[in-house]
Amino acid sequence: MNVLAQQLLLGLLIGGLYGLAAAGLSLVFGVMRVLNVAHGELIMLGGYGAFWLAALFGVDPFASLVLVIPGSLALGALLYWGLFGFVVRAHEETRIKNSLLIGFGLALALHALAVRLWTADERSIPTSYGGAVLSVGELAIPLVRLATLTLALVLIGALQLLLSHWRWGKAIRATAEDWQAALLTGIDIRRAYLIAFALGTALAGAAGTLVTVAYSVSPSIGLEWTLKALIVVVLAGLGSTIGTFVGGLVLGLAEAASAAAFGGPYREVVGLVIFVVVLAVRPRGLFGR
Amino acid sequence: MTAAGHERRWAVVILAALALLALLPLTAPREDVLNFVFLVLLAITLAESWNIVAGYAGQVNLGHAAFFGLGALVTRTLWTAGAPVLLAMAAGAATATVFALVIGVAAFRLRGAYFAIGTLALGEILRTTVGNVLPEISTLPTATIAGYRLTQRYYLALGLAAVSVIAVAALATSRIGLGMRAIREDEEAAESSGVGALSLKLTALALSTALAGLAGGLFAYYHISYYPSHPFGPHWTFDALLMTYIGGVGTLQGPVLGAVLYVVLKEYLALRWVDIHLLIFGALFVAIVLLLPGGLVQAAERARAVLGGARRAA
Repeated sequence: MNVLAQQLLLGLLIGGLYGLAAAGLSLVFGVMRVLNVAHGELIMLGGYGAFWLAALFGVDPFASLVLVIPGSLALGALLYWGLFGFVVRAHEETRIKNSLLIGFGLALALHALAVRLWTADERSIPTSYGGAVLSVGELAIPLVRLATLTLALVLIGALQLLLSHWRWGKAIRATAEDWQAALLTGIDIRRAYLIAFALGTALAGAAGTLVTVAYSVSPSIGLEWTLKALIVVVLAGLGSTIGTFVGGLVLGLAEAASAAAFGGPYREVVGLVIFVVVLAVRPRGLFGR
Repeated sequence: MTAAGHERRWAVVILAALALLALLPLTAPREDVLNFVFLVLLAITLAESWNIVAGYAGQVNLGHAAFFGLGALVTRTLWTAGAPVLLAMAAGAATATVFALVIGVAAFRLRGAYFAIGTLALGEILRTTVGNVLPEISTLPTATIAGYRLTQRYYLALGLAAVSVIAVAALATSRIGLGMRAIREDEEAAESSGVGALSLKLTALALSTALAGLAGGLFAYYHISYYPSHPFGPHWTFDALLMTYIGGVGTLQGPVLGAVLYVVLKEYLALRWVDIHLLIFGALFVAIVLLLPGGLVQAAERARAVLGGARRAA
């Protein structure tokens, strides 16, 4: 029983990162109708950002968010100008197809580049507080992972505030709802696309930092995180930031439960099963509109 | 010339080239030459199989490796258990096809991205699961290794490449292929003129994954030892996608040209710089999608049009 509770707890803690990873992807997909399958590689780059800041300058990994997030925003803007900005000119179906292909090529190139620059080794950031554990009853809560879940929640809250109160946040939501109507009311939708993509990349960078501090980073984590994020997006549906976050927690819990029930080797299967069932039963996701 | 005539002429050219390659083992070539041509032939099969769904039915399958891997897994299991290899390969192809249809029926009900996401997830999840459940390397028994003949594998690869070229040529010139292209161009318009989009997409997927399953079976028959999760690796999908797009998606000759170029450059570059070929191909691929969606085939046509125009002007 305690073992199960402990596993579910760890599932919940990683679920927060699934939710954060998915929030950026969901924002970009919802607003631009562009599916960036290189999202996981952006997470990987964010993770390396934190790793090198810690390794070269001794920056605390949590503090490095202050640098990684603006860096990711800039990277997102560059990627939009260089690649994805061309894709949004096409009509919707071509747009999705071309963005999938470009994302695929980008993922391939970024992965190869990361292997070339930083080798294929797995890296983690050692910290003085890394092993600290909070004991609640018989449960052991790793403090670092608890902190990543909390920070993920804070970032999701900040995104929610931006989208509901900031002028461009509202413009982004209007564009997601109906880009033609948004255009008619005088919203510069290209600008809304740019901001949404940059924000999505920033969320990916932040998620990468948290993944690296709580777990580890290597050039090949990209695809795995893209998939987790995609499963969460399908699970949660588009249009709700909080829903996406909850979807991430659900996936984390479901994986932990299935690992406990069927054994570790089958934990990935549950993701696929949930994915296919949700796709077949509720195509718009559990929380989608 | 009509499009169908164009495809037929290319089919004849490619099959003639393959027929010439059938003579290669008779000249007692070095083993590495035979291995190299084998890799090209396997790449042609893989690229043409991916091309059916992407180029004709217009659906992006990002989990092609899943079907290649299933073909390899089933073939290897049955063959090492004593089944004749052709029978084992057929069973592998059937397994891949059935799996594809199950996923396809769920994912094709939705448009656009969901099929791509579904197949991507399928491929990765199968890879990790196979890697977890079968972590041991699979090596052929000593007796089988003693009786290993590369020539048999070579001819099987040649036959499979020919089958995939014939299949795509037949599809391209048929009513079914026409229907698929109608879906690719505009699904709603195609449906309203009486094209059954779902059944045609499933047909394309079945044909594509059957060929991918056979290619996987060939891989399992060819390699003496490999990790069971290796053929499920995403790079098989990457390879198929890159070769098809660089050559020219939705054409018969494009994937063949792309496969030859890809394998030649990959072997050449891999000797000098490990992994850099993926960086180059990734960047080249993005450039092609953005600037030259028809790949090499389109580039050749443009060059011919420019040259033709210049000749007329002179």
